[in-house]
Amino acid sequence: MSALLTIDRVHVRYDSREVLRGLSLEVARGEIVALMGPSGVGKSTALRAVAALQPFDEGRIEIDGFSLRPGPVAPESRLVPLRRRVGFVFQAHALFEHLTAFDNVTLALRHVLRKTRTEADATASRLLQALDVDSRAGAWPRQLSGGEAQRVAIARALAPDPHLLLMDEPTAALDPVRRGTLGATLRHLSGQGRGLLIATHDAEFARANADRVITLST
Amino acid sequence: MWLRGFRLRRSLYALIAACFLLLSLSAPPQGSGADSVLVWGGDAEGGAPFVEADPANPLRVRGFDVEVAERIARGLGRRLARFVQVQWASIDQSVERGDFDIGLSGVEDTPTRRARHAVTLPYFEFREVLAVRPADRERIRTLADLRGRRVATLGATIAYDLLLAAHDSTGVVAVSYDDDVHPYTDLVSGRVDAVLLDHIIAQRALRRLGDQAFVILPHAVAAGHYVGVLAQSNAALRDSVDAVLREAMRDGSLEQILRRWDVWDPSQGVLFERVLRGGVADQTPRAAGTARVIAYLPSLARAAGVTLAVSALSMALAVIVGLALASARVYGSGWLRLSATIYIEVVRGTPLLLQLFVIYYGLAGVVRLPAFLAAVLALGLNYAAYEAEIYRGALQAVPRAQLEAARTLGFSEMQILRLIRGPQALRYALAPMTNDFVALLKDSALVSVITVVELTKQTAIFATNVGSWVIPGILCAIVYLALSLPLARLARRLERRWGGWGGGAHAA
Repeated sequence: MSALLTIDRVHVRYDSREVLRGLSLEVARGEIVALMGPSGVGKSTALRAVAALQPFDEGRIEIDGFSLRPGPVAPESRLVPLRRRVGFVFQAHALFEHLTAFDNVTLALRHVLRKTRTEADATASRLLQALDVDSRAGAWPRQLSGGEAQRVAIARALAPDPHLLLMDEPTAALDPVRRGTLGATLRHLSGQGRGLLIATHDAEFARANADRVITLST
Repeated sequence: MWLRGFRLRRSLYALIAACFLLLSLSAPPQGSGADSVLVWGGDAEGGAPFVEADPANPLRVRGFDVEVAERIARGLGRRLARFVQVQWASIDQSVERGDFDIGLSGVEDTPTRRARHAVTLPYFEFREVLAVRPADRERIRTLADLRGRRVATLGATIAYDLLLAAHDSTGVVAVSYDDDVHPYTDLVSGRVDAVLLDHIIAQRALRRLGDQAFVILPHAVAAGHYVGVLAQSNAALRDSVDAVLREAMRDGSLEQILRRWDVWDPSQGVLFERVLRGGVADQTPRAAGTARVIAYLPSLARAAGVTLAVSALSMALAVIVGLALASARVYGSGWLRLSATIYIEVVRGTPLLLQLFVIYYGLAGVVRLPAFLAAVLALGLNYAAYEAEIYRGALQAVPRAQLEAARTLGFSEMQILRLIRGPQALRYALAPMTNDFVALLKDSALVSVITVVELTKQTAIFATNVGSWVIPGILCAIVYLALSLPLARLARRLERRWGGWGGGAHAA
């Protein structure tokens, strides 16, 4: 079976500093891969390159048959297939502050995937319920706790039903109980056949939940 | 350390002493009496032959009003006459404050002035004459021929009152100016159809613009007199000045002055005879009662409408152009960003007054904009620069991470602006925008310099006519507040309606 995500000898340089030196890894369907290493080692950079939020200088990234090439990031119009395949959960959640938790989830369904309001509402309700934040659906992002905001952010990223989910430091703002719940959620998602690539420096969390741990070193 | 403190204190004392010295030097002379200097006020911007800066020595003034002042000073036994520059429209208020003893600068004899101040005998008779373009000389002979046409004049003058009165009977449209140069240039360029002003001013404009520029109609619309104006409490000095003026009429020195400045004509001789016979009766002054205040309310309401219209249209223009400029700065390529930046810096770095003049008078050679349109354009384009900076700041205040999250969800740049960045930026921009609109409402008073009679201008006219700023000033302030306060309330309501997302409510 071919990999869902292939990162092949990818280099990223900022000016003269080389942040990623030939990173290679694969994530299969249904697999949770943790990307570990100290701060500044390029974990986030790797995720951002996969999500085409930043360019890389050498190598090749392939997501479910869609290839990213070195050099400047392609215009969004050319990245539509990638956007459908890859979801991203940011470390600070980055929820849209002018929308309720519920509308954070429905916005892309309605305006990117062109679903009807009824379809979008049904999907959002289902996702928020699955992540156990449906009681906070009407709240503004600023009114949510860290754990609630993260689960809304996961629901938002899952709304377009991506095959690959990227998460940047998901445990940063969570207490131990919430960390356990998050682990269960991630295993549930991989159980649905999604691949997960998680940048974290939380070794305990990685060992407990990841199928594979890849450690980057400076 | 102590020494330094001492020195510091000593230099501070020296500074304070110097300030007092300056203050005492510049302090207005109080009243008259034993002073050996006659201080008189006039407006050198009025120019020759009234008062102008002496080309040979710009620190001195010359003109027939200057010589009349000097003649009066001599007659009063004063050592010299000292000139104080004052805005022509403010001469009455200024003399009442005690800034100078007597105002002399083509000051017209009006019932209101007589009621409010101590006014001297008339020393010159002027005729209100109509000026028209040469092509119109056969068609236009009197005010009645100007039905529905625009007639320019100086604001707050007898001529302006004549035109307002004529509006009801003949339907002429009075256009008020702050200076007596632009009425004639606008006549030549076709912005107005006639000018009604004192014959001296008309003849001077004809000399300046050339004999072919326009025609002065031979029949005077009305006649009036120039007088000196003193503070009401200063009637004793006024009586002395009157005595000097009579003497100057008798001994021919006043005639010599007027001849020297080429403004003598037979009607002055007739006036002098009448004055010396005691035949110039004081015109019965009209009281500034409630009836007059009420009579002004409709024009004040109309002027408030003009202020509101100019402000609302300018703000609409400012928002549209501001959004375009902000988008150019945030999203544009290099040269687009640069041109937007240059526009913003140039507009913010130069006075609005200058921009008004450039758009109205400066562009007149290329495109002759109506005054109202020029006012809206100038204010709108000026405020666009400030709005642009507000919008740019607001757009940049939306966290980058949200924009990246939107990209990973597949939104296009346009969708991100419309659905995520724009709505949040609008919320950030609302408060400063309300501020700007209130500021614009007040800045719109500036457009009176290009003949748009808005609230402040109408109030000034009102104040001059009733001879007091108290009631007109209060009324004007009330109208401005009535326009701006609901705006602030509306902004607060909008902010509330947009929900608690920005309010900092962290309750979990």
